[in-house]
Amino acid sequence: MVGIKSYGAYIPRYRMNHSTIFGAVGFLGTFPAPGESAVANYDEDSLTMAVAAGIDCINGLRREAVDGLYLATTSQPYMVRQNSALIATALDLSAHIRTADFIGSAKSGTTALLSALDTVKGEGAGNILVCASDCRLSRPGSSQESLYGDAAASLLVGSDDVIATFEGAYSVSYDFPDRWRASGEKFEHAWEDRFIRDSGYGPFIQEVISGLLKKYNLNIKEFAKIAYPGIYAREHGAVAKQLGADPGQLQDTLLSTVGDTGSASPLMMLVAALEDAKPGDRILVTSFGNGGDALFFRVTDRIKGAAGKRAVKKHLAAKKDLASYEKYLAFRNLAPMDLGMRGELRVRTPMSALFRERKEVLSLVGSKCKKCGTPQYPYQRVCVNPDCGAIDQMEDYRFSDKRAAIFTYTGDNLAASIDPPLVYGLVDFEGGGRYWFDFTDCDLDSVKVGMPVEMTFRSRYVDESSGVHGYSWKATPIRA
Amino acid sequence: MAEGIKDKVAIIGMGCTKFGELWNKSGEDLIVDAFKECIEDAGIEKKDINAAWFGVHFEEQSVGKGATPLSLTLKLPFIPVTRTENFCATGTEAFRGACYGVASGAYDIALALGVEKLKDTGYGGLPGGANLLGTKSALINPRLTAPGAFAMMATRYFSVYGLNPEEGKRMLAKVSVKSHYNGARNPKAHLRREVTEEQIVMAPIIAWPLGLFDCCGVSDGSAAAIVTRADMAKKFRKDPVRVKALQIALSSGEELMYTKWDGAHVETTYRGGIQAYKEAGVKNPREEISMAEVHDCFSITEAVTMEDLQFSPRGKVKEDIESGRFNHDGAQPIQPDGGLKCFGHPIGASGLRMLYEMYKQLQGKAQLPERQIKNPKLGLTHNLGGFPPMNIVSIAIVGL
Repeated sequence: MVGIKSYGAYIPRYRMNHSTIFGAVGFLGTFPAPGESAVANYDEDSLTMAVAAGIDCINGLRREAVDGLYLATTSQPYMVRQNSALIATALDLSAHIRTADFIGSAKSGTTALLSALDTVKGEGAGNILVCASDCRLSRPGSSQESLYGDAAASLLVGSDDVIATFEGAYSVSYDFPDRWRASGEKFEHAWEDRFIRDSGYGPFIQEVISGLLKKYNLNIKEFAKIAYPGIYAREHGAVAKQLGADPGQLQDTLLSTVGDTGSASPLMMLVAALEDAKPGDRILVTSFGNGGDALFFRVTDRIKGAAGKRAVKKHLAAKKDLASYEKYLAFRNLAPMDLGMRGELRVRTPMSALFRERKEVLSLVGSKCKKCGTPQYPYQRVCVNPDCGAIDQMEDYRFSDKRAAIFTYTGDNLAASIDPPLVYGLVDFEGGGRYWFDFTDCDLDSVKVGMPVEMTFRSRYVDESSGVHGYSWKATPIRA
Repeated sequence: MAEGIKDKVAIIGMGCTKFGELWNKSGEDLIVDAFKECIEDAGIEKKDINAAWFGVHFEEQSVGKGATPLSLTLKLPFIPVTRTENFCATGTEAFRGACYGVASGAYDIALALGVEKLKDTGYGGLPGGANLLGTKSALINPRLTAPGAFAMMATRYFSVYGLNPEEGKRMLAKVSVKSHYNGARNPKAHLRREVTEEQIVMAPIIAWPLGLFDCCGVSDGSAAAIVTRADMAKKFRKDPVRVKALQIALSSGEELMYTKWDGAHVETTYRGGIQAYKEAGVKNPREEISMAEVHDCFSITEAVTMEDLQFSPRGKVKEDIESGRFNHDGAQPIQPDGGLKCFGHPIGASGLRMLYEMYKQLQGKAQLPERQIKNPKLGLTHNLGGFPPMNIVSIAIVGL
């Protein structure tokens, strides 16, 4: 049976309380709902968060078994240069896979999932990893600013050993102009909320769920959990009532803890539902955006073996309040910071070298000596072990999934950074290998020699002069 | 069996400009200033020079690539000139080239000149440059700076030897107090102000745990030497200074990528020191090396260098620092001219600047009486280019 084999999620460490936003831009008239939103760090974007969610989902599984990667987002860094192919490289997946970007609508998350399920059903691929991620830029003071949150969800779709079988789906599509962003624009535009709520949100969700119930001859009460975005809190409950569902069936929307995460939103809720699911549960998940998709799943006995993911719960718990709105603006480059003349130095990204060295740069793959067994990063042709020194006796060795301990570190105030001091250091990997990396998501005061860290894929720079988003791996304290 | 360089070459003249933020001097001006003093000191003319070696590191905002900046500036008449570049060992590499040139018998008289014009960047610290360590490193390495790279060695030293940050920073502060004391008394030094341990400990952090006064000056300057075969040297002056050892040691990659290095010392300094002592016939460096100019780019670098050069026992440099052993009036004066810390650090010139101080001290000509070290026998210079886990170390030992 085709279905979901594994799940994962990623929520950035920073949360910004809506009152922080209100305190800064409240004079513009926005009055946000209580709660907080997940805010990406300065070195995160939808692509890096998709990688993190993907890792959460497939950690412990053989990477060779993944033969497709679908990305869903409305905030992809690249318009040309396939984002899913870059994510697949970061995840060290095989090159012989199918990759696709699903973009342009908040329903793209469910559409990507649906397409993956159909691809596997049609035997186009054995296992497809679906990552839905959004890190949307909103104009300071806009209502989206406190509504939107940054997060990513990931699901591995396959046809064996599934934790939830795919039972059916129904879709509706409308050219609904609630929000739009033209090519080349930075911020979204939106029409009046009452129009979106009354002509789109309420009717579409009812329409797509009713369509599904009718198509498969189901009763709404049969679902253990019903998940659909909750961008209008009161309407969210009203829709359920009109469908005949009990409030207890509704999956938490994460609106006041993470925010509206766009493409990721329905899949975040699905992952959260799976975290609490029991064998036999039926889960209904629906998206909203230019119509919507409704999918439903039945949880299998294998759900018991799916524990151990950070998913939504652990990521929700491991957080740090971002109390400075100004810092948030700097993180999003909405208040361009002076990096000093040192920070202006930029060497054009050598694309040919980036492709040649992609395993080292993007996949964090080094080498392991077949003669003495020493792991080494970056890839060495001559073994670094002074007692070995073998030449060309290497095999690929992936460091991205190895934990490490901090060997030494510093907090550098001279290095150009929008969040100084720049913390970096040397780390010793479990199983061998040492190298130096930037650190992220950590405060200098909490860093100690010997402290355990893990590797995380992050934005390295955005070179606006050449349109290049550069990425590399950093070390970070174990999140949860 | 290689004989080594001991007593085959002698320095017969040296020159060194004032170091500092020399807004009104170009790199070419500095070359001319150092060269003039150098040939006057040697008592020779330009036409007597058979070959030259030229050291400059950051060529892009200094004088340019290649060796033509030297030949064109000094109007050297179609003689061989070679540019050397090996990070902070650049100046000593120029000196090495000149020494081997005359030692081989290929030339009678050779010039070594190093220069760096750093203060045209528009910002503090060394010039940046993502590609400093190559194309791939620019894509994967942390965005490290020199203070950050050496701060990591301080973090490691404190951790390995159980010093809390307060104890560690106070140990390092004493290193800088001493260098400021010496620099304040040297007319050619960049930073000529004494500072207290309290000022140093309270200074703004540059890269934790290193503060402002743990970092050396970023300076413009040039220094030069004229060398000849030792058997010819007395024809030029009565007090030539002989080369006793010239060594260079480079990282093998095991410090950065293998897991045996303790991070609290510099392996190349230790290995290069052993080779240099062997070449010079030094059995007990703590007793036999009268004085040294070592690469104190940061206070922690000087501290671990004392251990790596075997002036202090491993992990015990704190005791020697606290007892004043390395002060100007101590048993083994270190950085008598103020060091990189206060004399300044124009990369390509630094190795030759260190030799200049040893040369003058050995000749008893340390400008001012209070600067003169009593009866020095052997002087050592040491450069460390790059970063603690991957670097180049050069060591020279000179004596009368």
